[in-house]
Amino acid sequence: MADNIDTNKVNSFRKQKSKDEMKKQLISFALMIGFTIIAFGIVATDAIDKMFVVPLLLILAVVQVAFQFYYFMHMKDKGHELPSMMIYGGIFAALLTIAALSVIVWW
Amino acid sequence: MSIAAAQNKGFLAAVWDYLTTVDHKKIAKLYLFAGGFFFLLGGLEALFIRIQLISPENDFLTAGLYNEMITMHGTTMIFLAAMPLLLGLMNAIMPLQIGARDVAFPFLNSLGFWLFLFGGVLLNCSWFLGGAPDAGWTSYAPLSIQSPGHGVDFYIMGLQISGAGTLIGGINFLVTIVTMRAPGMTYMRMPLFSWTTFVTSVLILFAFPALTVGLFLLMFDRMFGAAFFDVTLGGNAVIWQHLFWIFGHPEVYILILPAFGIFSDIISTFSKKRLFGYTAMVFATILIAFLGFMVWAHHMFTVGLGPVANAIFAIATMAIAVPTGIKIFNWLGTMWGGSITINSAMLWTLAFIPSFTIGGMTGVMLASAVADYQYHDTYFVVAHFHYVIVGGVVFGILAGLHYWWPKIFGKILNETLGKLSFWLFFIGFHLTFFIQHFLGLMGMPRRYWVFLKDQGLDTGNLVSTIGAFLMGVGGLIFVINIIYTSVKGEKAPADPWDGRSLEWAIPSPPPFYNFKQTPLIRGLDPLWIEKTEGKGKITPAEPLGDIHMPDASILPFIMSFGFFIAGFGFIYQVDHKGWLAAIFVGMGTALICMLIRSLKDYHGFHIHKEELEREAD
Amino acid sequence: MSHDHSLNPETMPQEPEKATLEGKNKFLGLWFFLGGETVLFASLFGTYLALRNSTAGGPATTDLFGLELVFVMTMLLLTSSLTSVYAMYQMKNNNFKKMQLWLGITALLGMAFLACELYEFYHYIHEYEFTFRSSAFGSAFYTLVGFHGGHVVFGLSWLIVLMVRNAKRGLNLYNAPKYYTFSLYWHFIDVVWVFIFTVVYLMGKVG
Ligand code: HEM
Ligand SMILES: [Cu+2]
Repeated sequence: MADNIDTNKVNSFRKQKSKDEMKKQLISFALMIGFTIIAFGIVATDAIDKMFVVPLLLILAVVQVAFQFYYFMHMKDKGHELPSMMIYGGIFAALLTIAALSVIVWW
Repeated sequence: MSIAAAQNKGFLAAVWDYLTTVDHKKIAKLYLFAGGFFFLLGGLEALFIRIQLISPENDFLTAGLYNEMITMHGTTMIFLAAMPLLLGLMNAIMPLQIGARDVAFPFLNSLGFWLFLFGGVLLNCSWFLGGAPDAGWTSYAPLSIQSPGHGVDFYIMGLQISGAGTLIGGINFLVTIVTMRAPGMTYMRMPLFSWTTFVTSVLILFAFPALTVGLFLLMFDRMFGAAFFDVTLGGNAVIWQHLFWIFGHPEVYILILPAFGIFSDIISTFSKKRLFGYTAMVFATILIAFLGFMVWAHHMFTVGLGPVANAIFAIATMAIAVPTGIKIFNWLGTMWGGSITINSAMLWTLAFIPSFTIGGMTGVMLASAVADYQYHDTYFVVAHFHYVIVGGVVFGILAGLHYWWPKIFGKILNETLGKLSFWLFFIGFHLTFFIQHFLGLMGMPRRYWVFLKDQGLDTGNLVSTIGAFLMGVGGLIFVINIIYTSVKGEKAPADPWDGRSLEWAIPSPPPFYNFKQTPLIRGLDPLWIEKTEGKGKITPAEPLGDIHMPDASILPFIMSFGFFIAGFGFIYQVDHKGWLAAIFVGMGTALICMLIRSLKDYHGFHIHKEELEREAD
Repeated sequence: MSHDHSLNPETMPQEPEKATLEGKNKFLGLWFFLGGETVLFASLFGTYLALRNSTAGGPATTDLFGLELVFVMTMLLLTSSLTSVYAMYQMKNNNFKKMQLWLGITALLGMAFLACELYEFYHYIHEYEFTFRSSAFGSAFYTLVGFHGGHVVFGLSWLIVLMVRNAKRGLNLYNAPKYYTFSLYWHFIDVVWVFIFTVVYLMGKVG
């Protein structure tokens, strides 16, 4: 168990690749923060009509979450076909559940 | 542990072996025995229900006890009998069918079993501690909120613990099938039973969390004063119904899909034919699972969701009949022109087709929302779901047990006793439930303690009770068959049925490493291909080498026991805060086990090549 | 099954978390588990949406929620998501020390988030007498947000155990998957929080 991986042997090509990856992740982080600030901003300032605020907030949240999944959690990368299948399956069941509980509970 | 040490040991050592085992085949046996025990218990409860209803205004059971009986019968049969028996078969067979040496997470596999068992035991402790749950297996709020005593609390904690075990089992099977298929075993070469295990596990993964949340809400309301279902504080009881059925309808497919897989394998083996429409069968399974998530509100047509919602759910429900029909025709197509052997496994299978089809037809009747106002909560519904669950799931389990018993236990179940128990059970089943359609149409409501004289219900109920006793006798003969076989039964060869799939290529019962060499798969029905086109034996995909096996562990048992103790703590802290100590002790035990598990290194052990060579083929 | 010690250190795999069968299994197992968690949280969100106006005369969303604290909490958790990305970056570079460092920062941010959350609950209970039992809305609010908080607590415990356990051992193919699955879990907690601040707080503020 003691054979740790030798730092020096990691080749530079791979390092470059993960650097590029890191750049993309930093950009997504900046966008996520941006979206968050916009979301809080429109609620704090009452800038937009109530009717539009809620859908807009939801869109901002969904986009931000997509960044989290695809970039931070690497769902865009190879070898993530089954993970994304299961996440989308979960989202399918989740949407049905939320729709039921928020739409037809009071009928 | 070497192979030699695994044999010849005392009784205590054997118990210890089972308590700590992470071998999927031993865990399968544990599931089968525990599930079988709960099946007998649930059957006994069913007989009590039928004795109470043998004649009008009978007083065999008190009203309260009757409510406990129907609740425990339903809960036990679904969660503690049918599911574990199926999980047992999956554990025993699926890894063999895909050519794996074990499952992906052997430790979690064992944890899943012990959680299920302790959950089931906790639930049944209620009988001795002031009364069982009595709000129905559906436990609708506000009835379940107002039910006095601790019965419903036992339902909540028992199902929560065993449900966690099921979820773990589901994830385990999924990962096993994804990563551990043998070389050449593509998805589209997996036997149908492995496919339905996969799809069922997907359903478990997405359906059980809804139940988990529902149970938490009930728990918070009953034990911690929350107000989810308390209308005076703005709560809403319909939320429970949605959560329960969002779980509950997929659950009925969790039960039936593995049975479909069993029948598919049996039919193709005993018709000596490749499964007709294999691809269609796989896609029908997936389609059923997909649609199965969009129909739950057909259990709530009379709640008042409104005509639009009712119409949508009615149509979605009827749509499921299409893929189900595809399957029925494919089974018939497989048998068509086949050279059919009729034995006990095949008898259960042949009986399943018409029985289940009747259940499917009443299902489509119930799916018509308007008509359901008439049927709902009558014996018609009881007849429907027993036709699908007994005629489908229970027949499937019994067929599967006959078919795989030699592989699991190394002995062939006695055919005479098998056929006798089939005929008694089969006739008893139709006597019990066919008449219930008409009782329901005549207006007999379900879950009532008594019915009145001279309303045309007397004869029907008598017939139904007689049928139930025939089923009971049939079931007992099956148990006798098991005992007889284990004492006297003939030893099974590796391939007693001239089988087609991979499990028949290795000895019965298989060695604990399953495959000495990982097999190379060349197509659907790999063993059959080798029998007809190859050298009659599976080609190994690797040279003989050391085999790596996982470590046994007692932690899953202790961990589950910790949750069991904590369960009592949660239930009784309502009466006395001193019981909070049980929560801390129980949860603490479980957490310490987790900690040990993550701090220690687990490397498993190796069976060396030389040892394997010494083993006879 | 593969054994870590049999691997040549010169061929450090590009994805140490998935280099062994055990690693692959853990990776998939955790992703699948997250699929289930999606439904778990959906059920909680659904319940919350159904009950969010059931205040039974008690405080409502518009009375309770302030934006400042929630904004701070959001920044803490989002940043902790980024720091765990950095940690995984260092794992791929095989720099164990830096990985531990970034994870340490992640843990601190997570703890700060929890502290804010506890303060928030304390504030509602003492200033508004708004509790788990006040109304169906109260039950739904504390259950949803509390489940998320419980996930944070669990994630932090997991992280600390991992860091302590492996501090002396360094990175290898046995524990790389454990670190990686932790980071996935942690990102998922962040995903849930994005919906909580949107659906509970921001939409609650809008009314
Ligand atoms: C063609 C397929 C099916 C259709 C269209 C169908 C339809 C329905 C409908 C509409 C109900 C609600 C009746 C009411 O309460 O008024 C119902 C109840 C039920 N069904 Fe099915 N069903 C089908 C297959 C199945 C299968 C395969 C199973 C189980 C293996 C099953 C198990 C149940 C159970 C347990 C209930 C009653 C639950 C309760 O109220 O306690 N059904 N079915
Ligand atoms: Cu249903």
